[in-house]
Amino acid sequence: MISQHVRKTVLALLTLVALAAVAGCGGSSDTAGGSDVSGGGDAKTTLSLVAYSTPEVVYDEIIPAFQQTAAGKGVGFKTSYGASGDQSRAVEAGLRADVVTFSTEPDMTRLVDAGLVDQSWNTTPNRGLVTTSVVAFVVRKGNPKHIKTWNDLLRPGVKVLTPNPFSSGAAKWNLLAAYGQASHAGKDPQAGLDYVRKLIAHVPVQDKSGREALSDFTGGNGDVLLSYEYEATTAQKKGEDVDYVVPDDTIKINIDIAKTRAAPAAAQQFLDYVLSKPAQQRFADWGYRPVNAAVLAAAKARGLFPDPPGLFTIDQLGGWSKVNDQFFDVDRGSIAKLEEDAGVSTAK
Amino acid sequence: MSALAVTARSARRSHTGALGLGVATLYLSVIVLLPLSAVVARSLDGGLGAFWDAVSSRQAVAALRFTLLVSLATAAINVAGGTLIAWVLVRDRFPGKRIVNALIDLPFALPTIVAGLTLLTLYGPRSPLGIDIAYTQLAVLLALLFVTLPFVIRSVQPVLIELDREMEEAALSLGARNATIFRRIVLPNLVPAILSGAALAFARAVGEFGSIVLISGNIPFRTQVSSVYVFKLIESDAPVSAAAVSTVLLLVSLAVLLGIRALGHWGARHDR
Amino acid sequence: MTVDRRWQISLRVLALGYLALLLLVPVGLIFYRTFEHGVGAVWDSITTPAAIHAFQLTLEVTAIAVPLNTLFGIVMAMALARGEWRGKGLVNAVIDLPFAISPVVIGLSLILVYGTKGWLGGALANLGVQVIFSVPGIVLATIFVSLPFVVREVTPVLREIGDEQEQAAATLGAGGWTTFRRITLPSIRWGVAYGVVLSVARCIGEFGAVSVVSGKIAGQTETLTLLVEKRFGNFDLAGAYAASALLALIALATLLAMTAIKPRREEGDT
Repeated sequence: MISQHVRKTVLALLTLVALAAVAGCGGSSDTAGGSDVSGGGDAKTTLSLVAYSTPEVVYDEIIPAFQQTAAGKGVGFKTSYGASGDQSRAVEAGLRADVVTFSTEPDMTRLVDAGLVDQSWNTTPNRGLVTTSVVAFVVRKGNPKHIKTWNDLLRPGVKVLTPNPFSSGAAKWNLLAAYGQASHAGKDPQAGLDYVRKLIAHVPVQDKSGREALSDFTGGNGDVLLSYEYEATTAQKKGEDVDYVVPDDTIKINIDIAKTRAAPAAAQQFLDYVLSKPAQQRFADWGYRPVNAAVLAAAKARGLFPDPPGLFTIDQLGGWSKVNDQFFDVDRGSIAKLEEDAGVSTAK
Repeated sequence: MSALAVTARSARRSHTGALGLGVATLYLSVIVLLPLSAVVARSLDGGLGAFWDAVSSRQAVAALRFTLLVSLATAAINVAGGTLIAWVLVRDRFPGKRIVNALIDLPFALPTIVAGLTLLTLYGPRSPLGIDIAYTQLAVLLALLFVTLPFVIRSVQPVLIELDREMEEAALSLGARNATIFRRIVLPNLVPAILSGAALAFARAVGEFGSIVLISGNIPFRTQVSSVYVFKLIESDAPVSAAAVSTVLLLVSLAVLLGIRALGHWGARHDR
Repeated sequence: MTVDRRWQISLRVLALGYLALLLLVPVGLIFYRTFEHGVGAVWDSITTPAAIHAFQLTLEVTAIAVPLNTLFGIVMAMALARGEWRGKGLVNAVIDLPFAISPVVIGLSLILVYGTKGWLGGALANLGVQVIFSVPGIVLATIFVSLPFVVREVTPVLREIGDEQEQAAATLGAGGWTTFRRITLPSIRWGVAYGVVLSVARCIGEFGAVSVVSGKIAGQTETLTLLVEKRFGNFDLAGAYAASALLALIALATLLAMTAIKPRREEGDT
C-alpha cells in the first residue's frame, strides 16, 4: 500500500534522474551552451591544467583558442582551479597535473622539492612567469572615501579588507607591499612592521582567500580591499561597481607557470602558446600585466598598466624563501606574531 | 520438527550472523577507523612534545574554547527552544501542523554550504532585513542553531507521544497546577531525551564547518572555530599540527558520543 | 495536562516564530533571490555543461554510497539488535562518529590514507588506481559522512519488534534467508526507507569533506555543492543561487518523502 505522497515523491525523483540521464554528457564549461574543452573521445592527448583560482576566466578563452591552432588540435584539457596553496598541495598529494600555475613562488617550490617540477622551471626567457601584476587598492565606485595612499588606509574608521596570509597567497603579497612601502623596500624593517601592525588593526575580517575577500568586499563589507590590480579589472568586467587605485609605492606580483616533469610534449606547446601574443593579449584584456614585451608596450601605449614610481620587487625584500621564513613562519615569523598579538588585543 | 534440526539451523544461522557481523565490522573499519587512525598517527609524527605544542598554542586553545562555548550555547538554546517546539508539535493542534513538522528536518536535508550562503545573505552586509551581524560570534551561533535545530526536537517528540497522560490527569484531579505538573511529572520523563538530543546537537556543533566558514570571518581569538583552525593549519603547511588539533576534536566528539550512550542507558534504567 | 488557551496560543506563537526566523526566512530567501531575474536565467544557469555534469556526478556518487551503506546498515542493525557480543559499545560509538567529525578532518584523514604519500596511496597508484582527486575519493568521503543513517533508523525498530516471529518461523522449518526475506525485511522496511531517504539527503548535500578530496577538476570531480562554492567565488551569485535552489528543491523532495514515510512509524496527534 503506497500512499499518494510516496508515489508522487518517487515519481518526482525518477523524473529528476531521467532528466539527468537524457541531459547528455556534462562538460567543463560553466556558461550556457559553452564549449567543452575536454575534447571528448577523439583527443589524442589530454593535458591537465592545475591553476590557482583567479585566471579561470582567461584560460576559458585561451584553451579553446589553443585548440584551434595546429599544435593544439586534438588536445583535450582537464582543468582545476582553486586556492593557490590548496592546488599546490593537491598536486603534491597526487593530483595529476601537466601544467601548473600559482600566485606565489613557494607553491611552485613545493613541487620542485617534491620532484614533480624541474629545477630549471624559472630559467626560461620569461623566468617562469606568465603574467605580473601589482598590489592595488580596490575601492567603491567613485572612490567616495578618497583613498589614494597607504596612509589613507590608516585614517580613523577606514576598514581595510585583506585575506589571511596563512591561507592566502594574495594576502602575503598584500602585506609584503604594505611592509615594503613603509620600510623603503626593506631598508627600515621596524618602520615596515609598525605599519603592518597598524594596518592589521583596521582589518575587520580576514577571509580565506583573495577571491573570498573580493566577494566579501563586493558584498558590502569594508571601505577598501587590498588585492591584485587584475582582480579589480576582472570584477569590473563582471559588472561589479568597483574602482581601483594603484598606489605610488607597491610590490610587483609574479605569477608563475611551469610544466611538470611527467608532462607530454603538448604541455610545452601549450606553454609556448600561453606566452605568445594572442594569449598574452587576452590576459591583458582581463587586467593582467603581460610578460610578452610587445603586448605590454602596446597596452601601456593605450594608457593601461601605469608604472608606479615606487615599484619594488620581492627580491629587494630578500626573495621568497627568506621572506616566508622571516615573516610568515607560523611560529617564528614577525608578521605571524603581529597577527597573533592583534588577535589578543581585540579578544574579549 | 526435531529439536536437533532446529539447533543445527540456529547454529548455521549464528554462523551466518557472525559472518555478517564480521564483514560489517570490516566495512566500518575501512571506511571510518582506518582514516581516523591515520590522523592520530600523523599527529604523533613529531613526538608527544610537538603534539602538546600544537594543541596548547594560543590560537588552538582560543579556537577550542570558542568552539566549546558556542557549541554549549547552541545546545542550551536548543534545549529550551527544542522542547518548546516539540511540545507545541505534539500537544497542540493548528492548520499546517504537518507541514511544520516536516520542515523541522530541513536542516538535515539542506547542504551546509547552501545554509551558509543563505545566512550570509540574510544577516550580512546586504541583508534585506537591515541587520549586519556577519563576522560576529552571534553569526556563528545562528549558523549552528540552524544546523542543529532537529536534534532535540526529534529526540523529545517520541517520548512526549509515548507519555502516559494518566499521571498528569491524576495530578490534575488532585488539584496540582499546570506548572507543577509540568515540572514534577512531565519534565523528569523528558530529561533523558532532552539531554540526549542536546548532546547530539553539541557534538554536531563542535564539528560544523560548511555553514560557518562563509559567515564567521574566522577572526583568530574571536570567531575562529576549531574546525576552521584545522583548515588554516593545513593551509599553512603544518599538517602535523593540523592532525594534532583534529585528534583533540575527535576525542571530544568521542567523549560526547559515549556520554550520550551512557545517558541512554541511564534513561532506560530510570524508566523502571 | 490541559494548558489553558492563552498559554497555548503564546507557546504556539513563540515556537512558530522561532522556526520562521531560523528556517523559513533563509530558505524562502534562496528561492526569492534565485528567481529574481526570471525563470529563463535560472534554466540557463542549471543547464550549463558544468552544472549538468555536477548534477550527474552528485547522483552517481549517491547511487553508489547509499546502497552500500544500506546493506551495511541492515547487517549491522541485525547484529546490534539481535546478537550478543562484546564491543557493542565501542562499535556504537564508532558508528556515531561521522555525525560529529568535522568534514575538514574527514578530508585530511582520507588524504593521509589514500594520497600518494599516504598509507595505501602509493601501493594503489602502482596498481594504476587513483583514489584521491578522483571520483573514488569523493565516493569514500560521501560513504563516510552518510554511514550512520540506516543503522540508526533500523536498530530501534528491530529492538522494538523483537524476534518472536523469527523464532516462530524457525520452529516451523524456515531457513535463515527465507526468514529474513519474508519476516524481518518487511517488518523493517519503513525504517530502512527512512534511513535511505536521510542518507540520500546527506550524500547530495556533502560539501566540506568532498571539497578537500575532490581536486575540483572542472567537468570531472565537481559536485553540485562544489559548484555553488565556485560560482559564488566567480561573482556568479545568480548561478550560485540557482544551483542552491536546485539543491534546496532536492532537499524539499527528500523532506516530502520523509513525511510520507514517517506516519507509519510514529505520529502525534492529540
